[in-house]
Parts: sequence; C-alpha cells; structure tokens
Amino acid sequence: MPHPMLVVEDLEKTFTLHTQGGTVLPVLRQVTLAVAGGECVALHGPSGAGKSSLLRCLYGNYLPQAGRILVAHDGRMVDVVAATPHTILDIRRRTMGHVSQFLRAIPRVPAIDIVAEPLRAVGVAAAPARERAAALLTRLHIPERMWQLAPATFSGGEQQRVNIARGFALDFPILLLDEPTAALDAGNRQVVVDLILEARRRGVAIVGIFHDREVREAAADRAFEMAAYAAAA
Amino acid sequence: MDAPPPLLQIEGLTRTYGRRIGCKDVSFSLWPGEILGVVGESGSGKSTLLNCLSAKLEPTAGRVLYTDRHGRAIDVWAASEPERRMLMRTDWGIVHQNPRDGLRMGVSAGANIGERLMAVGERHYGGIRREAETWMRRVEMDLDRIDDAPFTFSGGMQQRLQIARNLVSKPRLVFMDEPTGGLDVSVQARLLDLLRGLVTDLGLSAVIVTHDLAVTRLLAHRMIVMRRGEVVEAGLTDQVLDDPQHPYTQLLVSSILHP
Repeated sequence: MPHPMLVVEDLEKTFTLHTQGGTVLPVLRQVTLAVAGGECVALHGPSGAGKSSLLRCLYGNYLPQAGRILVAHDGRMVDVVAATPHTILDIRRRTMGHVSQFLRAIPRVPAIDIVAEPLRAVGVAAAPARERAAALLTRLHIPERMWQLAPATFSGGEQQRVNIARGFALDFPILLLDEPTAALDAGNRQVVVDLILEARRRGVAIVGIFHDREVREAAADRAFEMAAYAAAA
Repeated sequence: MDAPPPLLQIEGLTRTYGRRIGCKDVSFSLWPGEILGVVGESGSGKSTLLNCLSAKLEPTAGRVLYTDRHGRAIDVWAASEPERRMLMRTDWGIVHQNPRDGLRMGVSAGANIGERLMAVGERHYGGIRREAETWMRRVEMDLDRIDDAPFTFSGGMQQRLQIARNLVSKPRLVFMDEPTGGLDVSVQARLLDLLRGLVTDLGLSAVIVTHDLAVTRLLAHRMIVMRRGEVVEAGLTDQVLDDPQHPYTQLLVSSILHP
C-alpha cells in the first residue's frame, strides 16, 4: 500500500472495572489495520463490536493494553500507545483531527470561535481563522445570526454541524469521524459526504463510523469488519 | 522541530511533616502553554504539592526546576531567597482559593491591580490606572467599582479581582488553588469561562489544584491524580477521565454525574 498514514498493529483493549468487583471487559483483540492517504475506511459491525472504542484508542482517548498505533507525524511514524501526553497533544494539534458524536459545548464561547479554535491553536491569525470558520458554517447551513451564539442551546443537528465544521477547519492529514451524520437531514448529509471526498482528494487518511449506509457507500472506499476482532463475543 | 524546554520540571518532590507524608516522590514536566490539573480528595497532598512548587513550602527532598525568560534553568529551592522572591514577582502568579489570601482587602480594587505593576517597576500613575481599568474590563468588573475596596465585593467579584491582580504583571506561570471553590454554580461557570479565555489568549501555563473534575475537564490539558500524598495516575485529561486505570481514579470518576 502506498504511504500508510495510520497503522494499527495487534491492538488490545480491555476494561477492568475496579469499582465493580474487578470485572474484566475485553473489547478489542489483535486489531490490525493500515490506512493510506486518500483512503476512507468505515468501521463496520454491530453495536458493541468496539467501533467507537477503536476510534477512541486511535485518538489517544482510550489507553490500549497492548499493540501499536503508528501515526505519520512530522515525517516519521509515532506510536500513540507509547507516546507521552505532550506528544499526543501535539499530534492532535497538527496531525489528527477528530469529530466526536456530540459537541462538548463550552459555555459562552460563540459557535464561530469553536470552529476557528483548531486554526488558532496552530497560530493562524484571528481574521483568516474566522473567515475559514464562516465559510464552513455557511456550507453546513448554519445561519449567520447564530455564529455569535454559544451552541449550548442549539439543536442536536446544529451542534453536530458546528462539530463537523470544527473538525474540517484545519486540513488535518488524518481524520477520525464518529457518526458525523447521525442527526443530519439529507442536504447536510451530502455536504458532509462532499467534505469527506474533498479531504480524500487532498490525500487525507480517514477512519470513520457511519451508520447511514448511503453515506458509508458514498464516502468510504472500504469497510473494516470489526466482528473478527471483537473480543467480547 | 526545535521543541522548547519544559517551563517547569519536578523531580522526586517529597514533603514530610515529621513522620506524616504531605506528598511523596512527585515528578512531572509542564511545557509552555500547558495547563496541568492536580486532583484528589481533601488530604491527598494537593495543596502541599502546590506550596512546594510555588516556593512557599520547602520540600524535604526533590527538585523544582524553572526555565526563565532567558532560557536559564533555575533550581528554585537552591536559589537564594531574593531570587525566589523576584521570580514570584515577575514570572509567577498565585490565585488562592480564598481571595482574602491574595488580595489586600482594605485598599481599592484599582490599587490591588496597580500594586503588582509597581512591584515590577511601573511608576507612571496614568499608565497604571489605565492598565487597571483594562484588567477590570477583562475580568468583567464594573469600572465604577475601581475605587471600592474588595471587602465590599461579592465572592465571585473578589475572585475575578484576584485573577486580574495576578495577570496584570504578565506572569508566565500561574498556580491556582481551587480557584472556583466556595462560589455558587453560576458564578463558578462564569469564572471558568473567563479563565479558559484568558489562559488561551495569553498562552499561560498553569498548575490548577482542584477536587472538581469538571474544572479539570474544561481547563487542563493534562492531569495527575493524587491519593495519600502520592500520584496514582497521570495522563491526558480526557484519557484519564474517560478511561481511568487506577481503582481510585475510577472511584473518583464514577462518583460524579457528568465529569
């Protein structure tokens, strides 16, 4: 495969619930996966198969018990599993974007600034960052009168679109998408598909969870079957 | 990439009170622009640690290394007392849980802010007054309260004034001890938003001690969890809160409704 941007090797994830009698919940077993630039891989499998857990491991949000997650960062492959928090923060700032299922609304911060934040974090000046944010919000049909409002009071679909705009604000080389279209109407679903296809043409490597089959078929070029790796079965 | 050195390096920091342990063998690094949350229940050693870091309480063992504006590494507890005092005036800020510990309650709000500027050599009255006004505005206080003394303010206003007093001299590192403790919920939320905006705009580094995991989630990039004076878990804030490994951290996280 040309230029893998993301390589997962023998990843194991288990939860040990110390507060519940030490119950051990195996979730992922020996997951192995490689994603090249320009590829979009859809994680596929029934609820509980570990799709979200895998995505969270990739982003450094969950701590795997074993295995490696190699990410192309600064011209070399860095292992997220072994990386220091300081390095993971740098990877998140410059290399790997993440669109979570729900927006974690920050009180009092206007929608447009939430979208512009990833650009500001890498040193883009306020004006061009807001310009880019405005363009994305417009594309995702968030009316201009809402840009200066904090999204806490927005509807689920509006919050999700703010979240998507934020995820696409910076051209991350790697993107993780956790059900980005779950609360969207057909028109906005198509915008998200277009954003994904444009990112792929730029050479972005994407891993996503798409419950909507049409979106999955339009945006992804292959499915990754989780069933074979789910340890819970 | 020429990565900058850590702003603060803590190595094996230990403080005992006779045979009792305050904090034991704590090590971590803090980089420029990073916020570190220190959580744990009362008596876990959070405040002892903060006092050792901020040069208020001499550790029994271990080192605190601080990199100053010129890239010079200063061993804080090996430095002379005047050197330490200079650091506290020019490079560091300390926001106390109780505003009474960080403010002069008898002098005006404007003077509380201006005093810090005078301590770093500012002498022009007009300039000091203007800067005080700017900071009153930044922490969302009414300018017509500038000549009032803090004892006439609400707890939330006192805390915002304390923050202004600390940030006006442009510190590089701020230590905060339960900055939202003792405030009611709506006032807390406002203060947190304000802090979040300020640390981002100013590129501040901070160590925030709190027992409130929501405060940590909102403000801190990384966190350490303390219990009985020792660090039981450390990592990225969202990783520690969403996938806690240590039994004690799991207990902390599961004890609240929405971290």
